[in-house]
Amino acid sequence: MLNISGLGNGIVIDHIKAGKAMDIYHYLKLDKATCTVAIIMNAKSNKMGHKDIIKIDGPIKENINMLAVLDDQLTINIIENGEIVIKKNPVLPTEVTNIIKCKNPRCITSIEQELPHVFKLTNKEKRIYRCIYCEEAFERQ
Amino acid sequence: MKHIISPLDLSTKELDDVLSLAEEIIADPKKFAHVCDGQKLATLFYEPSTRTRLSFEAAMMNLGGNVLGFSSADSSSAAKGESVADTIRVISSYADICAMRHPKEGAPMVAAKYSTIPVINAGDGGHNHPTQTLTDLLTIKNLKGRLNNLTVGLCGDLKFGRTVHSLINALVRYENIKFVLISPEELRIPTYIREEVLDEHNIEYKEVNVLEDVMPELDLLYMTRVQKERFFNEDDYVRLKDLFILDMQKMKYAKDDMLVLHPLPRVNEISTEVDNDPRAVYFKQAQYGVYARMALIMTLLEVNRPC
Repeated sequence: MLNISGLGNGIVIDHIKAGKAMDIYHYLKLDKATCTVAIIMNAKSNKMGHKDIIKIDGPIKENINMLAVLDDQLTINIIENGEIVIKKNPVLPTEVTNIIKCKNPRCITSIEQELPHVFKLTNKEKRIYRCIYCEEAFERQ
Repeated sequence: MKHIISPLDLSTKELDDVLSLAEEIIADPKKFAHVCDGQKLATLFYEPSTRTRLSFEAAMMNLGGNVLGFSSADSSSAAKGESVADTIRVISSYADICAMRHPKEGAPMVAAKYSTIPVINAGDGGHNHPTQTLTDLLTIKNLKGRLNNLTVGLCGDLKFGRTVHSLINALVRYENIKFVLISPEELRIPTYIREEVLDEHNIEYKEVNVLEDVMPELDLLYMTRVQKERFFNEDDYVRLKDLFILDMQKMKYAKDDMLVLHPLPRVNEISTEVDNDPRAVYFKQAQYGVYARMALIMTLLEVNRPC
């Protein structure tokens, strides 16, 4: 178990699929953050074998529920005064814009670069998002 | 204002209304010869499809309207790099309704977002082709007398065949529909159609790879062409294109009142000897396509029925 006691007020994003931390990092625009950010990759995990973790020593502006679209297993821990006050799985949003990209080479978005990439949650149980244009399912890697 | 992008954009009630109107047109086409006088249909065809384009144009002309448009991306502003959104904004000021065929999936949906006139999807890549579905439903309803209680065989390219996907989506809304899916392993129905349409609606279906075995149980046999343009690998196309050919030998196993449908064009998947069999209705189906499109154009333009 990794120690998070160094964090005063902030967020720990845990159980990120190993190797995926940088996707989350870029989505949250952490490269522009002024607070301390720690990225731990390939940490040992009883549940997952290996996992990534991001520790952010401060608030974030982006909608953290959107993280579920990128990785449906991660957990969010909100830290206040060094204690975990909220531990939750992000709620899947019903629609996301420009969070994920349609990879179908036959989709109109493959030739019209200005179009927003919009996906809708079509199956909540199986957590399937489909491109609104071509209906191709987004496949998490 | 309504657009038709997917076959499911019409509720079963709206669909029934369009089919009823089409049947009125079939009964007396001349009565409808001037209902769209002075109105214009734009046919925006970014990829060649002579049949669908001419069917739309014939439909509008039969209603007394005029047509304008282009028949390939090369002869449109798309060749200069114009977006679908910009094209439709301009076309909206030239015409009253438009039909769009595009090789990329979702292009008509993009057009609908920016259009001020009704947009009809005339086929977008391997995705949707709602007016073909409307044509298929009109053919079945008119010749079988019902859209329920049917065992429907779908044969050929069930993976990329958009007409098949659309027809399944439309028919599952009716009672007691069973599907027999006949295709090689590589061209089986996509998982999402199986899970999210067939399983979701508790539809009985089976997947087989021998056409003769299932012929006796079918009320309809919907044949499809293995489409060269949907393959990235030519070797796969050559290997799969001749696996299912319907001939009179196989027709011997079929019921006397089974119907053979095909969205056309056919290559060699239906032997020409079948053409003279009264159960072969694919050329009639093409005629129904014009009536179906006439009814749809009238509906979207909110044109009143003639007195």
